Amino acid sequence: MKAAAERKIWRPGRSLVIAVPFIWLLLFFLAPFAIVFKISFAESQLAQPPFTNLVEWAEDMLTLSLNLFNYKDLVEYDLYLKGYLTSIKIAFFSTVFCLLLGYPIAYVISRMPPHTRNVCLMLVIMPSWTSFLVRIYAWMGILKGNGLLNNLLLWLGVIDQPLAIMHTPTAVYIGIVYAYLPFMVLPIYANLVKHDHSLLEASADLGAKPWTSFLRITLPLSIGGVIAGSMLVFIPAVGEFVIPELLGGPNSIMIGKLLWAEFFNARNWPGAAAVAVVMLLLLVLPLTLFHRYQARDLEGREDA
Amino acid sequence: MALPENKAKQKKVQLQICGVSKDFDGTLAVNNVDLDIYQGEIFALLGASGCGKTTLLRMLAGFEKPSAGSILLEGEDMARLAPYQRPMNMMFQSYALFPHMTVENNIAFGLKQDRMPKQQIADKVAEVLGLVQMEAYAKRKPHQLSGGQQQRVALARSLAKSPKLLLLDEPMGALDKKLRTRMQLEIVNILEKVGVTCVMVTHDQEEAMTMADRVGIMNAGILSQVGSPMEVYERPNSRMTAEFIGSVNLFEGELVVDEVGYVEIASDSLESNIYIAHGIVGSEGMALAVAIRPEKINISRTEPAQAHNKARGVVEDIAYLGSHSVYHVRLPSGFKVLASVANSNRQIASDEQQRITWGDEVFVSWSDSCAVVLYS
Ligand SMILES: Nc1ncnc2c1ncn2[C@@H]1O[C@H](COP(=O)(O)OP(=O)(O)OP(=O)(O)O)[C@@H](O)[C@H]1O
Ligand SMILES: [Mg+2]
Repeated sequence: MKAAAERKIWRPGRSLVIAVPFIWLLLFFLAPFAIVFKISFAESQLAQPPFTNLVEWAEDMLTLSLNLFNYKDLVEYDLYLKGYLTSIKIAFFSTVFCLLLGYPIAYVISRMPPHTRNVCLMLVIMPSWTSFLVRIYAWMGILKGNGLLNNLLLWLGVIDQPLAIMHTPTAVYIGIVYAYLPFMVLPIYANLVKHDHSLLEASADLGAKPWTSFLRITLPLSIGGVIAGSMLVFIPAVGEFVIPELLGGPNSIMIGKLLWAEFFNARNWPGAAAVAVVMLLLLVLPLTLFHRYQARDLEGREDA
Repeated sequence: MALPENKAKQKKVQLQICGVSKDFDGTLAVNNVDLDIYQGEIFALLGASGCGKTTLLRMLAGFEKPSAGSILLEGEDMARLAPYQRPMNMMFQSYALFPHMTVENNIAFGLKQDRMPKQQIADKVAEVLGLVQMEAYAKRKPHQLSGGQQQRVALARSLAKSPKLLLLDEPMGALDKKLRTRMQLEIVNILEKVGVTCVMVTHDQEEAMTMADRVGIMNAGILSQVGSPMEVYERPNSRMTAEFIGSVNLFEGELVVDEVGYVEIASDSLESNIYIAHGIVGSEGMALAVAIRPEKINISRTEPAQAHNKARGVVEDIAYLGSHSVYHVRLPSGFKVLASVANSNRQIASDEQQRITWGDEVFVSWSDSCAVVLYS
């Protein structure tokens, strides 16, 4: 009730602080999206720009032509449907692998003494200091037929034929999990490190074995970090282009690749715009709903 | 709160702490503590901040491993048992309620670990919720409760498994003064109703005295005195305990007359010797201290008739504390004597006493038997 009363007081400083990120989002997120949305209803043409105007003024007549052709295309060619499904599948399993790997890492780091903890956090973040592209190229060197991994395994005698990892979905998974792991680890770590240790003592005191305490106390209390991390991995992974392009093969054509082909190869801007709009809607709608539901559910958990 | 006669009945030892020490890389937080806790009693560990109370309690619960000594519960050595295997429950100072669970689920948590049938769990939860009068709040989450309500839930949760030993760490620490006094009596009532043996930790002596059957005074890791609140207050065994519990007038001196029926102690603070009407163990010339509680000191305008144990002084200050007033009387030696006078006396007292005020010359006196001789 106190908070509600406080909220009514108008504070100029506060509005200003909120306005800055708001304007940022408006300028660099909403405005570009509006432009893409507009282009998706245009027709492709060989001119500069390579699409028609929606609004024409000719012979005293104002015509607004909304071309739904691009969206019809998306439904008619199952290439696109497959692309969307592959993207969502790859993003989903990458998120799961990131979670399975990232949670234990975050957990162990959060339990370390403060000094070692900072060193380990540094190690998690450090790869991001190198260019993303360079790191993916490095993976090509590791995964290819006579690359580091195969040579090592051959030398160890684990295998006698080089494994075909490069240009398979496996390589794409390895690349995505590698690239996005820090985005999973950091939010989970930030959540776990705030946990009150006395809750675990209370749980042990009441007879719960360590594993039960983890499942019943730590895990439910860290769900906020898990959701944040999963979003940070899943959303960019769906639209990922560089990793499947460099490491993937013909079996892992993701929507990002289709978008690229539409835009640069076919020079069909409206078609590419439609692909992008649908991808965004596919992602944003369920995630917003999910987020809202979670926010309500989490209310009692974070504080107290 | 138990009366002396029913304490005699319950002399069965529930918990034995034998020579327990805890060494934190060089600092002895708990130093060779020997202590027996009797079945059904409420025992309070009392001591200043940092004296090792929490550490001792955490060793009982199993969260810390003793560096030496052993802990026996009903004769069984606890050393090999992890916290989750020990038949004792603790109420944490911060309550440590699980924020994502309702009150009900918090209380059921321990019972579920024992794989108790659902119906039995529900019955037990309802029972302990009734005990702490929180039935109406079963479906709430901890953050929707007030501090006092959270404390009740925490107590209910630690009682739900019917532990053989209940551990309370600063149970009133998070409550305001008024609620504290109310909850002290209420918790004692609940504990007595359940009949659980309880070890609590507090740094509030009033709380220890109100709640406990026996108290143990801890000082720098050492358990310096154990006894009923009255024993500890009336017969402290060291300067430290005397000063820690309540306020006290402490006269440093030496034994000058040592006879069979009485002794006399000379103190630099007093012009005449302190006369004590019983023999003590000691030899002449030995350094001692004499402790006299402020409420044992009489204050009067005219010289008392008694031959010993009186001194002349000047009232320097009067602290009015509602139920009683404390007079600070400066003796010629510079020593300040505290005399506590109940204000019911102050009202109906003779005009003479009522008129005692700042700057008055008065006599302080005490009886031959109320002084306590301290050796250490
Ligand atoms: N984990 C630890 N590591 C090192 N030293 C510790 C640790 N826990 C406690 N100590 C030290 O042991 C001593 C006793 O601490 P303890 O917490 O038992 O005191 P306490 O009597 O409960 O005090 P308080 O009334 O302030 O809670 C302190 O000097 C403290 O610094
Ligand atoms: Mg403590």
